[in-house]
Amino acid sequence: MTEVVATRAAVPVRSWLAALRRHGLWLVAALLFLGLPLVFRSGTTLTMMSLMGIMIVFALSYNMLLGQTGLLSFGHAVYYGLGAFFVVHAMNAIIRAKLPIPLPAMPLIGGTAGLAFAVIFGSVSTRRGGTAFAMISLGLAELVESSSLILRGFFGGEEGVTTNRTRMFRLFDWNFGPQIQVYYLIAGWCLISMIAIYALTHTPFGRMCNAVRENPERIEFIGCSRTMVRFIAFCLAGFFAGIAGGLAAINFEIVNASYVGLQQSGIVLLAAYIGGIGHFIGPVLGAILVTYLQIMLSDVTEIWQLYFGLMFIAVVMFAPGGLAGLLMIHVPLVRARVLHLLMPPYALLLAASSIAGVGAIVIVELAHRLTVKATEGAGMRLFGISLDAESAWPWLVAVALVAGGGLLTRAAWPPATRALSDATAAAQGAERS
Amino acid sequence: MLELILISTLNGVLFGMLLFLMASGLTLIFSMMGVLNFAHASFYMLGAFFGFQISRYVGFWPALVVAPLLVGVVGALVERYGLRNVHRHGHVAELLFTFGLAFVIEEIVQMIWGKAPVDYRIPPLLDFTAFTVFSTNYPAYKLFMLVISIGIFIVLLAVLTRTRVGLIIRASLTHPNMVAMLGHNVPRVFMLVFGLGCALAAVAGVIAGPALVTQSNMAGLLGPILFVIVVIGGLGSVPGAFIASLLIGLIQTFAVSVNASLTDLIGTFGLTLDARSPLAQLTNVTVAQIAPVIPYLLLVLILVLRPTGLFGTRET
Amino acid sequence: MRYPNALLISCLCSLVPIVLVQTPAFAQDTVRIAYIDPLSGGGASIGEVGVKTFQFIADEINAKGGVLGKKLEIVPYDNKLNPQESLVQVQKAIDAGIRIVTQGNGSSVAAAISDFAAKFNERNPGKEFLFLNYAAVDPVLTNDKCNYWHFRWDANSDIKMEALTNYMKTWPSIKKLYLINQDYSFGQAVRAAAKTMLSAKRPDIQIVGDEMHPLLKITDFAPYVAKIKASGADSVVTGNWGQDFALLLKAAADAGLQVDWYTYYAGGTGGPTAIKQSGVNHRVFEISEGHANIPHRASQDFEGVFRAKYEIGLIYPRVVNQMRMLAAAIDEAKSLEAPKIAAKLEGMKIDVFDGGDGFMRKDDHQFFQPMYIASFGERSDKEPFDEEKTGWGWRIITRLDAANTMLPTSCKMDRPS
Repeated sequence: MTEVVATRAAVPVRSWLAALRRHGLWLVAALLFLGLPLVFRSGTTLTMMSLMGIMIVFALSYNMLLGQTGLLSFGHAVYYGLGAFFVVHAMNAIIRAKLPIPLPAMPLIGGTAGLAFAVIFGSVSTRRGGTAFAMISLGLAELVESSSLILRGFFGGEEGVTTNRTRMFRLFDWNFGPQIQVYYLIAGWCLISMIAIYALTHTPFGRMCNAVRENPERIEFIGCSRTMVRFIAFCLAGFFAGIAGGLAAINFEIVNASYVGLQQSGIVLLAAYIGGIGHFIGPVLGAILVTYLQIMLSDVTEIWQLYFGLMFIAVVMFAPGGLAGLLMIHVPLVRARVLHLLMPPYALLLAASSIAGVGAIVIVELAHRLTVKATEGAGMRLFGISLDAESAWPWLVAVALVAGGGLLTRAAWPPATRALSDATAAAQGAERS
Repeated sequence: MLELILISTLNGVLFGMLLFLMASGLTLIFSMMGVLNFAHASFYMLGAFFGFQISRYVGFWPALVVAPLLVGVVGALVERYGLRNVHRHGHVAELLFTFGLAFVIEEIVQMIWGKAPVDYRIPPLLDFTAFTVFSTNYPAYKLFMLVISIGIFIVLLAVLTRTRVGLIIRASLTHPNMVAMLGHNVPRVFMLVFGLGCALAAVAGVIAGPALVTQSNMAGLLGPILFVIVVIGGLGSVPGAFIASLLIGLIQTFAVSVNASLTDLIGTFGLTLDARSPLAQLTNVTVAQIAPVIPYLLLVLILVLRPTGLFGTRET
Repeated sequence: MRYPNALLISCLCSLVPIVLVQTPAFAQDTVRIAYIDPLSGGGASIGEVGVKTFQFIADEINAKGGVLGKKLEIVPYDNKLNPQESLVQVQKAIDAGIRIVTQGNGSSVAAAISDFAAKFNERNPGKEFLFLNYAAVDPVLTNDKCNYWHFRWDANSDIKMEALTNYMKTWPSIKKLYLINQDYSFGQAVRAAAKTMLSAKRPDIQIVGDEMHPLLKITDFAPYVAKIKASGADSVVTGNWGQDFALLLKAAADAGLQVDWYTYYAGGTGGPTAIKQSGVNHRVFEISEGHANIPHRASQDFEGVFRAKYEIGLIYPRVVNQMRMLAAAIDEAKSLEAPKIAAKLEGMKIDVFDGGDGFMRKDDHQFFQPMYIASFGERSDKEPFDEEKTGWGWRIITRLDAANTMLPTSCKMDRPS
């Protein structure tokens, strides 16, 4: 009798702790979102964090298609952009009619618009998978982008459509003029979207999407229609993309045809893939990294597009799991507390490849100076050092760096992989025992 | 009117043949690896720029031969060291690799030749008027382009259907394992086909460069149209690519000369629309304005109604 | 659970890039001007020319002592020709303490920055910034969408058409006109202005064609040229630029089309090369506020020094006017604060770079200046400069004084109190 009483008394505490362990990370994330602006106060950082928030939602919605259901789309920005357009027109209409609808509710309108168009276009596109689906998405994206110059009333022509977020109905006297308030709005929606998308991945529907990704033929055997699964996933992805678009419309207060363009679709593809499409956290990492690079890299170098492209190719060739994939490999090691064993070989590898990388960057920048910017003279500054692109010694140093770094990397690679496999084996052994 | 139709037909066929030069290579590569090569238009651009650079040193005619060979070699190297490694990661990875490659090639071209158009001239030997249709002069260089394209098509067809090499290639495309078991080096065949495809695109670039503007954004302009052609013609079918190229070339050339719009059509029935209504905005659009968009409309239609394309044998 | 750990790791990782954001040190001894235009990608060739032009003039002003004893510094920001990206770059500039922003390539970008300027300056008193527009010619920026903080130095497309049609009034040989333009806001503005102004000034001119083609997507203009030929036009008015202009001219030369071309941007990058390649001698006209061969000593000397340094011609004479007026306004206002500079800039009169009177109209912040019509072709002794190493140059046909280019405005400006 006492045993039963004892276990019944113990259960509530244990389940409370278990719940905290399962969902506590969301609490941490929420606190992080709240606390970041208090630490980093500059306007640029606030803007950048707002953009990261928008991109996170967008990339997560894209990964619902790519990572979860195996559908590669080249036109996902269509739903993002259409969501943004609908939000901006809705804002203007609400301001004109003086309706008491507050600004924080607007992304929902964007999501609905994205959902509606996803239903329309998805009914056509999701009948096929694989390359056919990718090509349809490309064709649709080109169609929408071209029609943006034809339907000037809705798309606003070249200048796009502008709005003023401070003129909307004010809840609790927030006018959303200052960027910090917009940041909190975006952070709030980002958190809600992240939780929603995460929850979706753990429903039976989410698992069915994974099944469609792995083997579309077999899912028909168990009675599910792969077209229906793809269609629903497509609609949900369009919904969240529309939310991201709405947030972007609120942030920039101007929406134009570039929102639906192929370039925007390319960026979200880049972000999701570099982050890692196999894990939930991948697109989040990719969104943060790509947004940061987009904003900051063009200050540092003019050929940032080349570095972007090379980074993308490197990820595709050497790390198809993306950043998240690389990190995930090390998670069991952390748990088995053997990560410290990897530090020395990794540090060596990092140093060696950094040397080679710096050398390669110097060569590329010198070449750029000599070819494209020939009329500006050969002097330049790189990493804080003044160089003359026409003299021989920067080239020699760069080649030496590349050669030396390359050799070192080749030498350091086998110990690092060996250390990794040893540590993984040790971690697995520790798990089993 | 007749003059317009004649000239448009000639130009349309010419444009179509140019597109076919590129689309044929793309189709071959697709049949081989099952992945559409996003960077195919980039090899076209490389061909144009290599042709420009070489023609500045030794003239146009040597460039016509050397530039495609160079680009073919580059393509073969890309296949050997890039694509082959990515192949084991799946179709998506291959597609994305070519996507990134297109990006990088454009950047490198910009770095070497700058962002402004380069002065790639028609060779003086061909810089005259071939004939005059009614009152419009038709330049001889365009006829030359037409002749070269048709010639290459015939050669390609002959090689593929009548030679041993062509036989092995065709067999490798459909039954690579069997061909390997018969003792042929299938990976080498794939490398050859990829290089050949890129060389074809480069030929198109070398001859189209003087006629069109040779600039670092060339690839981005023609790239999407290529996919449309390959998909419409049928994934994996070279004759299909031929028909589709001609179709798209003619449609695009004819559509820009048509100034009619839906409003005119409605007008013939005696109805008019209020000019300010949003529907009027849609129907006021002339065919000429949407001419570049028509291929994409066709693409979506074909993919929905007949995903194997007009003549294709496979779907993905 | 695997994912929560990953969440933690990624949250920590996300702090790293934010930490690395550098806020540049605020240099107190320079007056910095943010130049926001494409410096990479497709538009970069134009953006780079702009930076060089601004830098050159800043050096000239600095050599004469700078403004208020401080040196002018041009800080370039790359906007990748994207309006949203431009707003981010403007934010970065403001964070770095810069209060003067200039841009020109792309009316969509200019509209976004102008709109942002109005909203930002209203919400952040004390941090106002000025937007100096040197090349975005959409008329709407100084009409319906005007605002107090935006100033434009380039004659907008309506003003250019006004000047052009005033010239056409005196040229009776034009009988049949063909309009061909790019289908976007600028092309639409050119076409609309051409039709309205011609019907008012030369109702006898028959407009035999009105073509709008998609922007930068046409690779072969032969069908369009065939239509122009079929219409029997003797003159063509086009706002085409870049490759749309080059390909159009090539196709026309191929087909042997003999017309006069009245253009806005024949002198833009790549234009002179295309004209020379097509062999069209002195039949391409451009309306512009300045050409190298204008017989004015000071501007020709300037041109010579500029070309010696950069090996390209001065495409933006209006930038010289802009910078000189800015320096004068700062000196007069004795302040670097945007509202005070703006108050001095509007209504300011100067002697423009190429000689003649110019002034910044208060009502809409549009600069009015003399306009020139020039034709491109073989040079004579009166044309010392050629373009893009083709050997051919611009010959001045006529000059229209600023008063001859004026247009009313619909601007209703909100002025700060």
